[in-house]
Amino acid sequence: MKITPAASQRFVVAFLWLITSITLLVLLFIIGYILVHGLGHINWSFLTESSRRMGREGGIFPMIVGTILVTGLAVIIAAPVGVLTTIYLTEYTREGKLTSIIRFGTDCLAAIPSIIFGLFGFVFFVVVLRMGFSIISGALTLAIMVLPTIIRTSEEAIRAVPKSYREVSYGLGSTRWQMVTKVVLKSALPGIGTGIVLSIGRCISETAAVMLTAGSALRMPDSPFASVRTLSLHFYILSREGISMENAYATASVLIITILVINVIAYLLMRRLAAKVR
Amino acid sequence: MPKRNNNDMVISVVKSIKDKYDTSELEMIDMEKIEQTEPYNSTLPEKSLSIIKADDFSFYYGSKAGVKNISMEIYPFMVTAIIGPSGCGKSTFLRSINRINDLIPNIHVEGKLFVNNQDIYSRQINLVNLRQQVGMVFQKPNPFPKSIFDNVAYGPRLQGIKKRSVLQQTVEESLQSAALWDEVKDDLKKSALALSGGQQQRLCIARALSTRPKVLLMDEPCSALDPIATSKIEDLIETLKNDYTIVIVTHNMQQAARVSEMAAFFCLGELIEYDLTTKIFSNPSNKQTEDYVTGRFG
Ligand SMILES: Nc1ncnc2c1ncn2[C@@H]1O[C@H](COP(=O)(O)OP(=O)(O)OP(=O)(O)O)[C@@H](O)[C@H]1O
Ligand SMILES: [Mg+2]
Repeated sequence: MKITPAASQRFVVAFLWLITSITLLVLLFIIGYILVHGLGHINWSFLTESSRRMGREGGIFPMIVGTILVTGLAVIIAAPVGVLTTIYLTEYTREGKLTSIIRFGTDCLAAIPSIIFGLFGFVFFVVVLRMGFSIISGALTLAIMVLPTIIRTSEEAIRAVPKSYREVSYGLGSTRWQMVTKVVLKSALPGIGTGIVLSIGRCISETAAVMLTAGSALRMPDSPFASVRTLSLHFYILSREGISMENAYATASVLIITILVINVIAYLLMRRLAAKVR
Repeated sequence: MPKRNNNDMVISVVKSIKDKYDTSELEMIDMEKIEQTEPYNSTLPEKSLSIIKADDFSFYYGSKAGVKNISMEIYPFMVTAIIGPSGCGKSTFLRSINRINDLIPNIHVEGKLFVNNQDIYSRQINLVNLRQQVGMVFQKPNPFPKSIFDNVAYGPRLQGIKKRSVLQQTVEESLQSAALWDEVKDDLKKSALALSGGQQQRLCIARALSTRPKVLLMDEPCSALDPIATSKIEDLIETLKNDYTIVIVTHNMQQAARVSEMAAFFCLGELIEYDLTTKIFSNPSNKQTEDYVTGRFG
């Protein structure tokens, strides 16, 4: 029997549709499961109180603060370093040995499991540089971890800037730096921003690396050298030690919602930006 | 290319320069002396009257020559057309004049290229100055995704001009020179991308004029435009040559004949013939040129 092109076309469409639906269903199931078990335990006091009895009771306010501080600091460090590295790679050097080494290096960094970054951060920042388990150690470690993401996404965004913009800018007598700031960065901004948002997401959800560098203190941090526990680490400890499954699910729900909100806001922002520059 | 001693040419060149020559910027020529000289038995004036001069100039992409051994002089306040088959190095030569080809890796040049009597490939040259003096208009209209005003103000702003009134004036003058002012004056905040292709190209011309260049390079400026937009640009070129020196690359023979005073025929990276446009089109000295302009090859 011969299968007509139309029949095979119908079959392929149905098959692809099926696969896509399965993927979506699994995703929705996971998110739904956690939200169903967690949302019920989230209330105002859970979000604004400190935890008591190792997290069995009370809220997650110090973890929210800890997560914001570690993530914020990590991205504040990683974003300029990453973007400036990319500018150097794309605008200030010719393709050559050096650029391929740097590119190979960032690709390797991107493939390394986060626990290795944690180990490095522990040895280097915590022990050797005597920063201890602290916001600073955690943030520096995470910054190194997300650097490849930022470099890769910015590089893609910068390479996508039309060559003609550069030519026109040079043609009107701009210096290289003027061209970079006035033309290249402006039209690459949505892409760079996307990379930064992805990095924020990765920092928020990172567990292993922060456990080894930021520690797991339940207290409110009082200095950059204080130890903090991030939300994802809190979730990990609560569930692993069997401390409180309700609070673990509630924490996970907060995490999921935060990441969803960040992504949606970022998406809308980038779309508006992209519409403006293109 | 041998040195030309053709008096007719020199005189017609000088006539079209007339009183527009700015003594402080360019080498002044003694016009009377040239007009009084007997035809056919005098030589070119000692001081060069050209604004652009290529002296055995070659441009290489890696080891491959884009153009080789070009020697020609381009005269001020005239339109010089560069014609020739695809891949013969027209763009390469044009883009060498403001060194925009420097963006390409592994290029090198041989020989000399002068603009305003300055060797532009020497180490001392200030590229920012050079590019402010030699503006460029590209094949595809390529405004920035900014407002009309910001597009034209881009060049002056690069020079650090911030004062609104000064920018406003430059923008207005440039748009007026590019014959676009009347169409856009009420809506300078509008995105440049909302303009038609022909308007966008005139905007790009205005943007190129905003730095008050001496020379305007145009690389097939009409090839992406419809006939009406094209004839508008051609009219514009006609008026612009009163104030600027224009070098235009075109594949359109009628266009070259219509707009240019001088024409250079390139083939396979070499300059085959360079003369008055009327001569190139009516009575070329070279067989290849004749074949090309009559459409027998290319
Ligand atoms: N970026 C580049 N790298 C390497 N070779 C190039 C590059 N640009 C042009 N060339 C080569 O240089 C030669 C001249 O090219 P150029 O673009 O100057 O021709 P052209 O006369 O402008 O052609 P067209 O009429 O198609 O625009 C061609 O052989 C081309 O392959
Ligand atoms: Mg070309």
